Amino acid sequence: MNSVILEAKHIYKQFYDPVKFDVLKDINFQVKAGEFVSVIGKSGCGKSTLLYILSTMDTDYQGELYVDGKKMTGLKEKELAAVRNEKIGFVFQFHYLLNEFTVLENILLPARKLAKKPEAALKDRAHFLLKTLDISKLAEKNPRQLSGGEKQRVAIARAMINEPAIIMGDEPTGNLDKRNSEIVFSTFQQLAQEFNQSLLIVTHDPEFAERTNRIIEMEDGRIIRQ
Amino acid sequence: MSKPLVIKIAYALLMARWKQTLVAAIGVTFSITMFIALLSFMTGLNKLLDGLVLNRTPHVRLFNEIRPDSIQPVQQAAEYKSHYHIIHSVKSGKSRQEIYNSGAIMQRITQDPRVLGIAPKITSQVFFNEGNLEITGVVYGIDVEAETRLFFFTDYVVKGQASDLKNVANSIILGKGLADKLLADVGDVVQLTTSSGEQFRLKVVGHFQSGLQELDKTQSFASLNTVQKIMGKPNSYVTDIQVKLNDINQAPKLAKEFNKVFEIDAEDIQTANSQFETGTSVRNIISYAVGITLLVVAGFGIYNILNMMIYEKMDSIAILKATGFSGKYVNRIFIMIALGIGIFGGLTGLLMGYLLSSLIDQIPFNTAALPTVTTYPINYNPVYYFIGSAFSLITTYLAGYFPAKKASRVDPVVIIRGK
Repeated sequence: MNSVILEAKHIYKQFYDPVKFDVLKDINFQVKAGEFVSVIGKSGCGKSTLLYILSTMDTDYQGELYVDGKKMTGLKEKELAAVRNEKIGFVFQFHYLLNEFTVLENILLPARKLAKKPEAALKDRAHFLLKTLDISKLAEKNPRQLSGGEKQRVAIARAMINEPAIIMGDEPTGNLDKRNSEIVFSTFQQLAQEFNQSLLIVTHDPEFAERTNRIIEMEDGRIIRQ
Repeated sequence: MSKPLVIKIAYALLMARWKQTLVAAIGVTFSITMFIALLSFMTGLNKLLDGLVLNRTPHVRLFNEIRPDSIQPVQQAAEYKSHYHIIHSVKSGKSRQEIYNSGAIMQRITQDPRVLGIAPKITSQVFFNEGNLEITGVVYGIDVEAETRLFFFTDYVVKGQASDLKNVANSIILGKGLADKLLADVGDVVQLTTSSGEQFRLKVVGHFQSGLQELDKTQSFASLNTVQKIMGKPNSYVTDIQVKLNDINQAPKLAKEFNKVFEIDAEDIQTANSQFETGTSVRNIISYAVGITLLVVAGFGIYNILNMMIYEKMDSIAILKATGFSGKYVNRIFIMIALGIGIFGGLTGLLMGYLLSSLIDQIPFNTAALPTVTTYPINYNPVYYFIGSAFSLITTYLAGYFPAKKASRVDPVVIIRGK
């Protein structure tokens, strides 16, 4: 269980507005299967920028990125979308559920896109995830009716639906109160322990980071400790 | 599996803003309705007006034109062959209006598979005598049955019976205007003088109204035999052969062919009535232009609404892209939304257009010129419904194209970080 899920090799990135500015400088690291990694650093140190590059959504960088052993750098938009669909699950600071669909349909959306299993199997998986995350009763509700913590757990369930290689989170607890943060954190921990799920979470909360397997600390676009 | 998901997402987005969707769809519905109603009514009217002339006009008319011989004797003389001929004061030859060997020609033409039927006709100039007044007029000798079958003769007989022309000896049907001048009702007797000076008395068995008043003031109809009798001609005498074809577009070709084969003047309907076709096409162009303008306006409405929807749904687009929906897929979702509006609005428009045109069809429309028409004419041509639905799809597709492109280019990183 020590295969490398995510690998960054010599990643550089610049912003050109208003003047040329190096956001990321020579980023090298690996995430192995089953690891629960957190990225911390001060605001503006480039940790979110790094996450979006790792997530394949941002393609404007130098260096090489591998997800599940496959090189991502240079792939087309459509191919990257397929990789995100199958291999990567996302949890954002704001919940980004689609209000037009019920909770269950929100969770099913990436799975229906992937369409590798029959509808019934997908529904079973969605219900199983809802049950695991203790939100079964919310299945038929509209996302508007949910609390922040509940929404975030639905977002986690959506991230898990395609059994991704890695789940990435951008300050998933940044917008939540103490109690809900705790629930979300323990959910992540549960995923790591029960399903051996790899997780890469960007946070500015040192308490949250302390409790993960490994901390990557960034400063001024460089990794200073990992 | 992939297609229904596109539709499902598009439907959900549509329903989230169903009031806007409805307004957009109503725009399409309205324009399609007007497009259908306008074209049905316009072409109905066109058909009616064209019918005034075209129904009564043979597709090919065979006749003998009086004119000078195209080959003069001097040109045939061998000794002057190499000379340049200048002939002064050429006169029309001793040609007759009668069609030579008309029986054989008619038999031959009737057997042609391209021909629907023929109707022989005699034109004769006469004077109608009313007291000491002499009114110039024309008597057409016609075969009532053929004329009715091919040129809807009975439709235009407004009083009396067309068949009496054949059944009653020495009978005549007068044009409405002519009958008014002569004060001749059905059953009365009119007196006429032929160009050779002989006088005849004919019984009026009906009134005729073509819709073209000038014609109705001069023309009248009698049977072939009656006209042959008053002109003192044998019963093979015919001045015109009117040919109706199965396909009107073949008229110019056949006219040329008949001209060559029978050595006779042949005129096709396109040459004789070119101005009617011009009028028809201009009216059609106007109707299409108005209909398409309406659709384009509706298209801009859809464009607006979709653009607004994209700004509102930025977050949703970003999350769709983040969870693995490609730009192309997002593009398809928005095209689907536009087409959804187009299909829904278009179908309702077709239905409403049909209802509106059948409503117009019920409005009374009485005019002295058109005895057979009682309500406004409508042309229920399925082609317009087809064009209407095609146009509604095309315009909505185009209206959705640019917003969809914009949606597909949304950068999820910008949206997600921007919060």
